[in-house]
Amino acid sequence: MSALAEPAAAVPCLYRVASRREDTGDTVTVELTEPAIGLPAFAPGQFAMLTALGIGEVPISVSGLGDNSGGQARRLQHTLRAVGAVTRALHAAQPGSLIGVRGPFGTGWDVASAAGRDVVIVAGGIGLAPLRPVVLTALADRSRYGRIVLLVGARTPGDLLYTDELERWRRDGVEVAVTVDRADSGWSGEVGLVTALIKPAGLAAGNSVAFVCGPDIMMRFTADALAAQGIPVNRIRVSLERNMRCGAAWCGHCQLGPLLVCRDGPVVGYDRAAALMSVREL
Amino acid sequence: MHPGWDATLQPSGQAVVVDVGGLSVLFDALRGRGFTVVGPTVRDGAIVVAELASVAELPFGWGVETEAGTYRLRERDDDAAFGHSAGPQSWKSVLHPPRARLWSADRATGSMEAGEAAAPPRYALLGVRPCDVRAVGILDRVLTGGQHADPVYSGRRDGAFIIAVECTEPGATCFCASMGCGPGAESGFDLAMTELADSEGHRFVVRAGTPAGADLLADVPSRAADEATIRRASTAVDEAADHMGRTMPAQGLPQLLADSRESPHWDDVASRCLTCGNCTMVCPTCFCTTTEDVTDLTGDHAERWRVWDSCYALDFSYLHGGSVRTSGQSRYRQWISHKLGTWHDQFGSSGCVGCGRCIAWCPTGIDITQEVAALASLQDSATEDED
Amino acid sequence: MTKTVAARVSAQPFFATLTGTQRAALAEDGITETFAAGQRVFGEGGIADRFWLIEYGSIALDLRVPGRGDRVIETLGPGTMLGWSWLHPPYRWHFGAVARVATTTIAFDAASVRRRCDADPAFGYALLRLFMPLITERLQATRLRLLDLYAAPSQVGQASTEPADA
Repeated sequence: MSALAEPAAAVPCLYRVASRREDTGDTVTVELTEPAIGLPAFAPGQFAMLTALGIGEVPISVSGLGDNSGGQARRLQHTLRAVGAVTRALHAAQPGSLIGVRGPFGTGWDVASAAGRDVVIVAGGIGLAPLRPVVLTALADRSRYGRIVLLVGARTPGDLLYTDELERWRRDGVEVAVTVDRADSGWSGEVGLVTALIKPAGLAAGNSVAFVCGPDIMMRFTADALAAQGIPVNRIRVSLERNMRCGAAWCGHCQLGPLLVCRDGPVVGYDRAAALMSVREL
Repeated sequence: MHPGWDATLQPSGQAVVVDVGGLSVLFDALRGRGFTVVGPTVRDGAIVVAELASVAELPFGWGVETEAGTYRLRERDDDAAFGHSAGPQSWKSVLHPPRARLWSADRATGSMEAGEAAAPPRYALLGVRPCDVRAVGILDRVLTGGQHADPVYSGRRDGAFIIAVECTEPGATCFCASMGCGPGAESGFDLAMTELADSEGHRFVVRAGTPAGADLLADVPSRAADEATIRRASTAVDEAADHMGRTMPAQGLPQLLADSRESPHWDDVASRCLTCGNCTMVCPTCFCTTTEDVTDLTGDHAERWRVWDSCYALDFSYLHGGSVRTSGQSRYRQWISHKLGTWHDQFGSSGCVGCGRCIAWCPTGIDITQEVAALASLQDSATEDED
Repeated sequence: MTKTVAARVSAQPFFATLTGTQRAALAEDGITETFAAGQRVFGEGGIADRFWLIEYGSIALDLRVPGRGDRVIETLGPGTMLGWSWLHPPYRWHFGAVARVATTTIAFDAASVRRRCDADPAFGYALLRLFMPLITERLQATRLRLLDLYAAPSQVGQASTEPADA
């Protein structure tokens, strides 16, 4: 009559914090490992529901896939910002402590579908975190893809994520351009909205697949700017975000019109997302 | 003749007639098989859904008067047990309970215990109207038909025994006929009954829908239903279909609602809607839940509980320091557009079964069929203007 | 010299909506100007007597803020115009501009271009239509930056995360 009930879908696996690295003033990247029972492997773009025991649960995209051997998620990386009770607790979790993980949930970036084309990644703020696996995946199989272009926008220089890796990626052949909304006295880089980086990148619109992540409004303006350059809207992907209480399409919270963001997203083609993103309070 | 009555369609043979005494035997047979029987009963001025200790707790002789924003019990002229249309509760109170524990964890040992504190009983649902039978089917799709099956719902739904009762007296707010799920029961039940309470006596025409139903029926004293009785039952159901209080257009609702996203009509509804969420609580298919993580005073023992939620709640769409849907317009629009429109995209059917509960239990009497009519007429005049 | 400038003006997509005659006319008021890395193009309050089309390199728009030094407002790259305060009185720069790297530009004589606009309204209108989208695009981008979208909910409304004694 119906799918077999999976207690596992509702019950977290306990992972242990292996390491914790402070990225910016309010953002950390935690590495989780040693699960009692491993979850299935995560794909770039998918998310986990992370539980701070006794406090609550939040959806966080994977920002790195450490070890997927045997199809199991033995090692997971999540970059998170302390904005509420749950994320503050996760942010403060020290190595050795337990965090509950459910997943993988949602649609992935499907980097492989960009084979033979240029990979164009545009990240706004903490949106770089869910996009980091796209860079790593493309670099791991470099000959499969054309150019790898990474355009990054951040609030201030102090809010830039993964600055050491950006340098490494440049050396590995990723075309990295960075801009900040607001400069401080020590910054000698670009200043301006991330969309200003698009034209100078000289993209081959007909042969590009774009992956965009950041605040809703930033994604809309960026996707529109990419489309204005000639990239077909069905080759522009955004990562949507909505309130989630289950991740498994049971709780009804994550709806955006006809889409259940946890099931039909978070990665959605802009051809589908554009109209929905522009309706007020949808 | 009502299609549900074609005996050749039934897998388990002929319809039979059971009298009130036989109903009592049926009840005991269910208990004897280990079921907890849940059915309608009078409580606090309404007919609610509750565990029944005996068949006598059924609301014999009670009917209801319903209208927009109105629900009253009334005494019937006869002794019918099921002569009442949908009350404030639906069977989701049993299958998809308002509170359920999902897991319990011990921080010190790192151990997790899945599931509810106690295993739920096996339920026999006695007196499920066809609209509610369809609603259960819809919840089946939402909660068990996707990639992940909800364990709380599955635990109660698997092994549940459903006794449908066909409708012969629709309420003023009912429109199951136009939603294609009533007043007759066609599938989704173990047993289906049609109650007749007239000059020829108080009896039930019963047919089985599954082997389990036939098995139970075999233990109940009955006589084969004669043509005339079958015809009387069938006619009663057909006449009910002609006496629905309301109608809803069957086609085109998803497109209408998608096209109406920027309609001025939402301002109009917002002036009447209190965003109280009554409609979501009484609706048999509204399934939204949220979770609460709790801990004991030492912080060593944590639990997660799942509780009903409503899209009308202000923090339902909370994201990044504020909610996406703050205005009343947007929340009403979300509810009706989901129920009649995007439910099709998400789950392959309408979310509405025409039970009329939302109309009766809305304190300001907002009528979902009237709102659709208003949107449709605005759409028609808009397209006329374009010509 | 003018001929070379004319060819370079024609090559720039920014001037694509001008007619050939208009491009040639504009080019007559243009000369090549290069800046070394770190060289100041103009200072805040200076007379806006020129405007530039950036061909290669990058320019930083800045403002001297007492107690905070020179703050970069925005950086501009190849293919875009630098300067529009020459379009209206008092013809003074509201910001400063510094070359971030070695930069090559076509510099246009503002007063001469204004005289051309006065004499030939059609030319003036075409030039304004050239600048309007640029200005609205920068305004839109600035407004979006004002929204501070990357801020965490608790940061909204606060200035930068820079410590006070930096």
